[in-house]
Amino acid sequence: MARLNEANAVLAKEIIGRYPRPRSATIPLLHLAQQQDGYVTDEAIKHIGELVGATSAEVLGTATFYEMFKFEPVGKYLVNICGTMSCALLGADELMHHAEHKLGIKAGSTTADGLFTLEHAECQAACTEAPCLQVNYRYRYRVTPADLDKLIDDLSRGRLDGEIPPHGTVARVRQHIPSDRAVGAVAPEAVTGAPEWTPPSPEAKK
Amino acid sequence: MSGTIYPHAVGFVAGDRPRIVTDRFQYHDAHTMERFLATDGYKGLRAALAKSPTEVHDEVKGATVLGRGGAGFAAGVKWGLTPQGVWPRYLVVNGDESEPGTYKDRLLMELDPHQLIEGCLIACYAAGLSQCFLYVRGEMALAQERIATALNEAYAAGYVGKNILGSNFSVDIVLHWGAGAYVVGEETALIESLEGNRGMPRQKPPFFPAAIGLYGKPTIVNNVETLANLPWLMRNGVEAYTAIGTATSPGTRMVAVSGHVKRPGVYEIINGTTTFRDLLYGDEFCGGIRDDNQLKAFVPGGGSAPWFLPDQLDLPFENKLVSAAGSMLGSGAIIVMDDTTDIPAAALTLTRFYAHESCGKCVPCREGGTWLERIMRRIVDGHGTERDLDQLLEVGEMICPGAFPHAASERLGLGAVPFPYKMTTICFVGPSAYAPVHSALTLFRDEFEAKLVRRNLIPVTVGAGDDPH
Ligand SMILES: Cc1cc2nc3c(=O)[nH]c(=O)nc-3n(C[C@H](O)[C@H](O)[C@H](O)COP(=O)(O)O)c2cc1C
Ligand code: SF4
Ligand code: FES
Repeated sequence: MARLNEANAVLAKEIIGRYPRPRSATIPLLHLAQQQDGYVTDEAIKHIGELVGATSAEVLGTATFYEMFKFEPVGKYLVNICGTMSCALLGADELMHHAEHKLGIKAGSTTADGLFTLEHAECQAACTEAPCLQVNYRYRYRVTPADLDKLIDDLSRGRLDGEIPPHGTVARVRQHIPSDRAVGAVAPEAVTGAPEWTPPSPEAKK
Repeated sequence: MSGTIYPHAVGFVAGDRPRIVTDRFQYHDAHTMERFLATDGYKGLRAALAKSPTEVHDEVKGATVLGRGGAGFAAGVKWGLTPQGVWPRYLVVNGDESEPGTYKDRLLMELDPHQLIEGCLIACYAAGLSQCFLYVRGEMALAQERIATALNEAYAAGYVGKNILGSNFSVDIVLHWGAGAYVVGEETALIESLEGNRGMPRQKPPFFPAAIGLYGKPTIVNNVETLANLPWLMRNGVEAYTAIGTATSPGTRMVAVSGHVKRPGVYEIINGTTTFRDLLYGDEFCGGIRDDNQLKAFVPGGGSAPWFLPDQLDLPFENKLVSAAGSMLGSGAIIVMDDTTDIPAAALTLTRFYAHESCGKCVPCREGGTWLERIMRRIVDGHGTERDLDQLLEVGEMICPGAFPHAASERLGLGAVPFPYKMTTICFVGPSAYAPVHSALTLFRDEFEAKLVRRNLIPVTVGAGDDPH
């Protein structure tokens, strides 16, 4: 499957409907495509362009700016080891070396069985829990080499399937705005006046 | 505490200090609607709706709620900068937290999402903002899940959406999430990203987002922690808020202390009066340097901030005093280095970060950041020369012309150069690549020199025309 499938196309329309301008949904839809296929395909880029009213080049231009989007298959588990200052002060380099050794690959590559991709990451907002890493954007704190070995073994045996979805899925819960409660997005140029609850402007008071 | 998710970051519940934004963190189910409603949840919103928007706005101004995202600009003043009679106006919540060392907004989003939602609603009501976009960093899966769940509950219960609590106040809050790019935390880049574009900062002035922002309309960008202060303020009033802290820095702020301390963690401290020494050495906070080592240096306000020495430990968390001493409080992140730290190597980790995160729009940042990283790498790897040290300063001069802020040092007989600096770039990423280099080189030049290639090791038999380098 490469274009968004039927269910995801419905979801895409719901997401687009929340924004005053459809193009604002570009990044959420790229995530949706990556959730579907594990990475962002050319066909998905084209489909997203059709949905939000942009050219494929424009969607691709946006997509390539952001590090989370992958344009070729990556491992089922993306292991991001933080190497920024707080983690570096507490052994991030050693942890990375250990991970490279354990997985038998260099950072930036994928294991032959397609299970793991290892990456250098930058600060993950867990600096007090250094050194830390994320697997498919789920945190592991104060990771020792032994913890890392156990993590890799657990993932390989599917023991963490309930907690860590395959690469592509970030949040497993989505926002849904019930139609009877929604205010509804309005194109900015269609808004003519102040919201109902705001006080009358000084000019109007005169 | 929810022991499994936050095994270590327990600092925020220790001691009997005032807790404006972290009070619910003591409950393992703080993120649920039940717990929220049982602990004064949405009472701040009710209090706000009982007043006029203007009264609420005046209270936020009166309390001087300082922005917690970096610049420390008062929220009430910022809301007042929207041009008269131009509609619609938007609220964009900055939950992109990615400044090195910073760890607080993620906790607020994961542990108490309803408090943030309540804060957003109060801001929208007061400033006439008709739609709110809650921009959460892409890599924060749990924060996104918790906020999505909370929003779904809040919509169903009538706290968000049409005719909130039966009033004529109506606002949609849309959860939006990014995809990994540090510079998107800069407010105009955040807006570009929210419009579906590459997250590159816009030139400002002339136009600040409060005047021309999302879709060209007036837009307030506020940090997560800033907004999380509002429910407490509405429930307890201006007097209670300003009774904590000092006149110029009222209330509390969340600070993450990482690196070489005994108890790294996130702490809610009193603004304006708590000192760096209290925080790093106090028993109720970090409890001293690890292994009882000596403190060598610390980054006081996120990776972008010039470094402090033990000389500055007695400064309180007060913007003006810290600026005068040569740095900034920024995003409330302290990174501590003990006397075992290899200073050039530590500085390199930050320079590499900013060089890597440059969006490429300005030449001094794009080229200069890469140069700084390469030269630093060469020095750290033991291949640097005396010339490289000069070159670091020359590149820095291109990014930030003139004197660059730094701390005073008794040991070196140095006086402070106050913050801020001049810059040739659109945003602060370029200068931030230079700040750690400049601090490290100014305060610890001997450590750089010790790593240089010794000139007297160059063989004296080099022939004419041979370049020894
Ligand atoms: C490069 C850069 C990155 C930034 N990153 C963040 C961030 O992750 N979160 C944040 O709240 N503010 C960040 N800021 C500050 C924002 O531009 C903005 O000032 C802030 O969100 C305003 O909110 P406040 O007034 O409530 O502090 C960043 C600024 C720059 C220059
Ligand atoms: S300073 Fe760097 S990150 Fe900021 S706009 Fe310029 S090139 Fe982009
Ligand atoms: S430096 Fe590693 S999480 Fe911040």
